[in-house]
Amino acid sequence: MNPLSRRKFLKISGATIAVAATIGTVTKAIENAGDTKSKGIQKIPTFCDICFWKCGAIAYVRDGKLWKIEGNPLDPLSRGRLCPRGTGGIGAYYDPDRLRAPLIRMQERGKEMWKEVTWDEALSYIADKMQKIKSQYGPESMSMFSHGIGGNFLRHTLKAYGTINFAAPSFAQCRGPRDVGFKLTFGEDVSSPERTDIKNAQCLVLIGSHLGENMHNTQAQEFAETVGNGASIIVVDPRYSVAASKAKYYLPIKPGTDLAFLLAWMNVIVSENLYDKEYVEKYGFGFEQFKAELSAYTPEWAYPETGIEPKLIRATAREMARYKPATLIHPGRHVTWYGDDAQRSRAIALLNALMGSWGRKGGFYYPVSMDMPGYPYPAYPTPTKDKVDNPNKKYPFAHEAITTGIREATITGKPYPVKGWMVYATNLFHALPNENETINAIQNLDLLVVVDVIPSEIAGWADVVLPESVYLERHDDINVEWFREPFVALRQPVVKSPHDQKPNWWIAKKLAEKLGLGNYYPWKDIEEYINHRMTAAGLSFDELKKNGIILGDKQPIYFDEGVPIEFFTPSGKIEFYSLQLQQAGFDPVPKYKRPTIGPPGSFRLLYGRSPVHSFSRTQTNRILSDMMSENEVWINANVAERYDLKSGDYVRLKNQDGVVSNKIKVKATERIRPDCVYMVHGFGHTAKGLKHAFLKGASDAQLLTRYETDPLMGGTGMNMNFVTIEVEA
Amino acid sequence: MARFGMVIDTKKCVGCMDCVVVCKTENNVPEGFNRDWIVQDVRGKNPHLQMEIRSERCNHCDNPPCVYCCPTGASHVHDLGGVVIVTHDMCIGCKACIAACPYDARFIHPEGYADKCTFCIHRVEKGMGPACVSVCPTHCMFWGALDDPNSEVSKLLDSRKHHALIPEAGTKPQIFYLV
Ligand code: SF4
Repeated sequence: MNPLSRRKFLKISGATIAVAATIGTVTKAIENAGDTKSKGIQKIPTFCDICFWKCGAIAYVRDGKLWKIEGNPLDPLSRGRLCPRGTGGIGAYYDPDRLRAPLIRMQERGKEMWKEVTWDEALSYIADKMQKIKSQYGPESMSMFSHGIGGNFLRHTLKAYGTINFAAPSFAQCRGPRDVGFKLTFGEDVSSPERTDIKNAQCLVLIGSHLGENMHNTQAQEFAETVGNGASIIVVDPRYSVAASKAKYYLPIKPGTDLAFLLAWMNVIVSENLYDKEYVEKYGFGFEQFKAELSAYTPEWAYPETGIEPKLIRATAREMARYKPATLIHPGRHVTWYGDDAQRSRAIALLNALMGSWGRKGGFYYPVSMDMPGYPYPAYPTPTKDKVDNPNKKYPFAHEAITTGIREATITGKPYPVKGWMVYATNLFHALPNENETINAIQNLDLLVVVDVIPSEIAGWADVVLPESVYLERHDDINVEWFREPFVALRQPVVKSPHDQKPNWWIAKKLAEKLGLGNYYPWKDIEEYINHRMTAAGLSFDELKKNGIILGDKQPIYFDEGVPIEFFTPSGKIEFYSLQLQQAGFDPVPKYKRPTIGPPGSFRLLYGRSPVHSFSRTQTNRILSDMMSENEVWINANVAERYDLKSGDYVRLKNQDGVVSNKIKVKATERIRPDCVYMVHGFGHTAKGLKHAFLKGASDAQLLTRYETDPLMGGTGMNMNFVTIEVEA
Repeated sequence: MARFGMVIDTKKCVGCMDCVVVCKTENNVPEGFNRDWIVQDVRGKNPHLQMEIRSERCNHCDNPPCVYCCPTGASHVHDLGGVVIVTHDMCIGCKACIAACPYDARFIHPEGYADKCTFCIHRVEKGMGPACVSVCPTHCMFWGALDDPNSEVSKLLDSRKHHALIPEAGTKPQIFYLV
């Protein structure tokens, strides 16, 4: 052994005492790492909440301290492996920027000046305001925005109070158009987790869907699996995504022209008789009219629109047909792009119908679920008004509530005033386009309550902020998932909340009691509630606590396994031609409209996901921010050269309405077309409490001042903004 | 005695960084540092592009320059599987190994010693594989005995085209990338 030990060396070199003092703990930690047998390690099953995918996980506590989290091998979603965000989930617990105590606003909204109060004060304040709203305007004037399973109990309290206006950005700002397009075609939506049978697909087509960067665990896992199995991958994207690098065909489409491309694909498939004839004849409605409408959309017609050569359009159409019905044209998830999104999604549905992939292996399966009765609560009060988000069914095919519709009603007071917002775990400033409209709406409120784990931008505008325990510290409602096989999963506390944070079920129950609605919470605590539901379903709560997951019996998920072949459309068939669209004054077969072009010298702003962040919720998680602490703007290498920009330089982006972004790092790359720029969503935080993320990178949401509303369902197409590059002096 | 190595399938890797994240939690890697990382190697001009995505780390070289140059013997080859290890208590933080490593695999830990991937030897000693391999959601990483012709890693190398990083440095790296 060399006599000069590190400790001695540090002493000699005069290193600080603070450094030397931490040595012991680190050495000890390394010694214990991975030792699951030694005393002091507890493994507690739960499910993840870094995104809403709800992967089954096992958390490790070492000597009473949260150490790490792994996938639960019993869980069909994670298949024993979490995504990077899930693995970094412990950073949510340790995040120094977390909300710690209930806060009441001290100065005008948005100034982020607070006083800390007790839970009793905070909840009394909210209940008092809610009672005033009820007596002055009626309970319908209270509304709620939420995201994820954690909102269930607050929704219950508000329903008991008489609220009817509930919305989540996951519809009108995300997957809504897709679900509407598929419902119009097959009579059912794609749902979440998506019913896409990626792992069995022999040909997988991704249109702007960037699996692998968009890290919904099961989807990414199955994507890698199908790539590994040698499936033919076709990627249509203005950006050379990670998925594109796995593709046999990469088609760098001109942004906004996907529908033209889809129509041309269908034209080739129909005119060359490449579709699944038997399937279409048996289950299709209006095929001849559909065929007639398609005849104009030749690859030669599509070429100038899309920039993709006719021979490539034909080659890829034939490639798809070769593997049918195991050809999956993925419907995407965040598809609110151009305002014609429901029709574009319908074109994707129709292309799948031509492949015969719906209900077939390698296409779309039929998800199954456990039969778990809900808790027998007293009936909710009967509403005396209609919901505000979609008056007179302006958007006739919206089958969920429209967030931006509630926002609009809050601004206009029509059809009736909205005076209260309860916002659970969704940062509306990053989720909704045009932040000025959000601010205008907030100015009309008598009450804005935000329940969250971090002081997000929307929390900055709240009257009352309620700090929620992170998922590792709380129970939530059980997850009865619709998936490939039925199962129920438990979220249970792994560690105690470090400060005065509370679980949402507790907050919801206490608020109900303050509102005089205690009879809606006949249970003492959530364990009693879960136990009741488990017992009613004939399942063991103890087993669920121990294993985290209880699996049900496998059931058929494809037509040829015995799933009844039924389509819940008006015709009872797959609607190639949609009479309900025609009757409502829309195109019965999708038609292409050329997208708006930006001002000269501008670039279309596109945005997407990183595998290490969820929306705008994870940028202060120290583990995940170590993976990616700021976003970059992707600029085509030639364009960057023209501006004399190199990767690593900082620029600002200015949109068509003069909004200038925070500074953002350039990524000069061959991986994007010259007519657009791209950034990862969720950065550029302006909330002061998000200390670690404050002004790091740029916010795409801030630049999305324009949006095009989907006339079918009210979704907000957000790829409608154009930016110029402002070089930093 | 076995010779441990890693085989990574670049065809399946999506570069999600789960391997990087788990290394931090498993090994208490301090904020601001990582023992492994992702490289996206892009070739060609738009739109005719190719990209290889690689999860990279210490190559646990068979001919390790970092070990040869270490003045204290802190950097050494472990008896178990030829893994290259740094004994923290013996390291004086002189950075000679950092200069010698062609892969940039090492950094100085805030506590003063050279740090890097250990192949999770604390797990290997208990019969488990490295944490990164165990969590990878794409199942693109494999770890095992390269000198056992029947091991999964050997079979993969027999059946698939592969390359190692900077072979011209003569370090005999023990991580192989399937292409
Ligand atoms: S996909 Fe990732 S972040 Fe989402 S629930 Fe699963 S592990 Fe957690």
